[in-house]
Amino acid sequence: MALARPFAHRSAYAPPPGYRLLPFRFGQLDHARYLATNDVGEMVVLSRADVRAFVERRLDPSSSIYRELKAKHFLFDDDARVALDLLAIKARTRAEPIARLTALHIFVVTLRCDHACHYCQVSRQNEDRASFDMSWAHAERALQIAFSSPNTDLKLEFQGGEPLLNFSLIRRIVDRSLELNAAAGKNLTFVIASNLSRVTDEVLAYCRDHGIAFSTSLDGPQDLHDQNRPLPGRSSHAVTMAGIAHVRRSLGQDGVSALMTTTEASLSRAEEIVDEYVRCGFDSIFLRSLSPYGFAAKKGLLRSYSVEDWLAFYRRGFERILEVNRGGRVFREEFATVLLQKMYDPQGTGYVDLQSPSGMGIGALVYNYDGRIYASDEARMLAAMGDDTFVLGSLEDATFRSIMVSDQLADVLDTTLLESAPMCSDCPFLPFCGADPAFHQATSRDLLGHKAFSAFCEKQMGVLRYLIGLLHESASDAGTIMRGWIRSCP
Amino acid sequence: MPLTLSGPGIRRLSASGSDVPFVVRVATRNNDNARRADEVLLVDDYTAPSLEGYRAVLVRAPGKSRAYPPDTYLLDARYSYLTDGDVLRLDPPRRSINVLYRRSSRSNALLVTERCDNYCIMCSQPPKDADDAGVVDELLQAISLMDPGTEEIGITGGEPSLLGSRLIELVKALKQSLPSAAVHILTNGRGFARSELAAALGALGHPDLMLGVPLYSALPEDHDYVVQSKGAYDETIRGVLNLKRHRLRVELRFVIHRNTYAGLPMFAEFVRRNLLFVDHVALMGLELMGFARANLEQLWIDPVEYADELRAAIDVLDGAGVPCSIYNHQLCTLPIELHGFARRSISDWKNEYVAECDECAKREACGGFFVSSKLRRSRSIRRYVASVGEEEAERG
Repeated sequence: MALARPFAHRSAYAPPPGYRLLPFRFGQLDHARYLATNDVGEMVVLSRADVRAFVERRLDPSSSIYRELKAKHFLFDDDARVALDLLAIKARTRAEPIARLTALHIFVVTLRCDHACHYCQVSRQNEDRASFDMSWAHAERALQIAFSSPNTDLKLEFQGGEPLLNFSLIRRIVDRSLELNAAAGKNLTFVIASNLSRVTDEVLAYCRDHGIAFSTSLDGPQDLHDQNRPLPGRSSHAVTMAGIAHVRRSLGQDGVSALMTTTEASLSRAEEIVDEYVRCGFDSIFLRSLSPYGFAAKKGLLRSYSVEDWLAFYRRGFERILEVNRGGRVFREEFATVLLQKMYDPQGTGYVDLQSPSGMGIGALVYNYDGRIYASDEARMLAAMGDDTFVLGSLEDATFRSIMVSDQLADVLDTTLLESAPMCSDCPFLPFCGADPAFHQATSRDLLGHKAFSAFCEKQMGVLRYLIGLLHESASDAGTIMRGWIRSCP
Repeated sequence: MPLTLSGPGIRRLSASGSDVPFVVRVATRNNDNARRADEVLLVDDYTAPSLEGYRAVLVRAPGKSRAYPPDTYLLDARYSYLTDGDVLRLDPPRRSINVLYRRSSRSNALLVTERCDNYCIMCSQPPKDADDAGVVDELLQAISLMDPGTEEIGITGGEPSLLGSRLIELVKALKQSLPSAAVHILTNGRGFARSELAAALGALGHPDLMLGVPLYSALPEDHDYVVQSKGAYDETIRGVLNLKRHRLRVELRFVIHRNTYAGLPMFAEFVRRNLLFVDHVALMGLELMGFARANLEQLWIDPVEYADELRAAIDVLDGAGVPCSIYNHQLCTLPIELHGFARRSISDWKNEYVAECDECAKREACGGFFVSSKLRRSRSIRRYVASVGEEEAERG
């Protein structure tokens, strides 16, 4: 056919010479590779030679590394300046959730407890002291504050001690919040964090009727769980099993989720702990590290193992989890899932404990039994050790507004913006990480700490190197399995 | 069922008739309508001495010759499918007919211009620099003759956004005359890089409008080469952003051929990161017409050769929650896990099946072939035999 004009060769559309860098951070991933990331969480793994060529503007535009860096907005040239518009949209999208403010409101309804867990972070009191219960007057003020948050999602979580020891207050709070929500119209969810020893049919009937779910502790197989969480006269593992079954009969399979805590005794038993969760019918596990608060700190448990020991434990647990998935069962590791959301979700994750600036106050608020308001769960634990850095006010007189504009909160948020924090601001893992000011305050009396000496930073980088390494191992199916986890997340 | 929609098709039987083209709706003897002045009567033979109010008469099989009233034409057998409600453009001096609209079809599309500011190496409707100012007026007239209950209609070209404000006029007419019709505009999006056009289209408030925009790579150097226009990628993406800013629904269309298939996974990742707000992504097989036929050797690739890339792209898009589909691929050319994404996408008038399809267990679900695909077919074309295993493997 006669053409109006001939077709030009591909070379006529090659990028013009000379490219410009877009903002990015880079660092070593392992002995052979470097990692580059940008502000919106995109990543490129490349050789040291390629990093140098990239930065020195020597990359050949027809090379695959050039093409990858251009498509992911690490560089731009003159034939598509729309890259800047797209990058701006992505950056705004990623930052937008911060402005929604506090969704998680934790009510510590009592400090009384019937267990004696070694690592207890709340320094529990024995059951029979009623002066450790929250008053209704305080609970009502806390609800006012919670409903003043502009977030359309509101999650009320009940903690203790053992919150079911003050179930009558939980009931009053839930009833009142549903009344308030008739006008507010928020997405309201309720969770009770409980050891399940006090679960009765009456409690479950109320929970079923009001959409309340449970979260409980399961540290591993029976001997491990009982060793960590002594219950005078009984096996707490048996109590937990019975409790889980009881809750599920009323609320369904998803009516209760479980968290584990790692102790020195757990470190050699990663696979067994995962197997225990699989056996109990859960579809995920959060492989947590030991936190430096409460009884754990007093008893010197923090020094009982190094971060390297814990990382080895994490990798072994993770490997076992991958095997479970290969066997046909979708089973997620929750910490990895949070990190994967930061890597792949345009809005990152709402997980309060890994944000920049930190999620203190703006992500979560804790209303304590004694009327004090804390900026996070960890802040309460720190206060129990005598450090009041993160007390944001009192239920006697605080409002949501007064908390949000307080100097105390502003100082914390200001300091914990990682993009301007020493060492973090240069770190390629920044978009997948967050600030943990309570940890650093507890361990080094400083909101940021010195990252070269930070066990938190060592742990974060260890897990991120491991996961990013897996994602880039083309011969492995680990990446496919992991991406399937965020696909199935609501 | 393949049909001819335009070309030589009428011959004047009367002594005199119109020397300019005109647009009419088809009516048969059963149709007793007050709009005869805009209608052409379609009959086997016509014996009345006058047109009785009709604009013209089309005769399928005249008896012995007689004196027909003016504007009586013999209709070529290729157009015997025409029936009540269809809308035609008749051009007596050129003896040509153009079927603008078939009431029974779900594949009606208005060709609004043949001009285009891209020049895609696989274009199935190669651009012509014709002066087509009158086309829009004819189409507006045609729209007024279409069935008000029409459920879907397309706007295509060439490049519809080159019409500027006349495009707005057309969509407004569709909204008013065909209130139930879903409108699908095929456009390269470049005309919407100017926000005024996107704003004007958004301001119409059409209840069911989608714009299908081709994007052939995450990278401008690839896309600009395929569409043979430097700067096209930049304008296309700006156009998409403007359309979304004005709350219009956008579909991205990626035509898969030898020059684009390798970029499918990167394209999907790019959409997931940057254009997650699009309403649909269509990954499309090649139609061997126009430039695609001229460039066949450079473009053709058997779909079984890009199964991995296609699977990876669908996995990324579907995993991100982006509605996505595979168009113009026979089910036997796709891995079974992708069958749930395949759609019956080929317009009825250029759609056919082949011998292998006769006893195929998946024929009802499969979209079949373009008529033009007889030029080149996949080596994997075969019939499916119904079995328990296959049904279980199918996506729900």
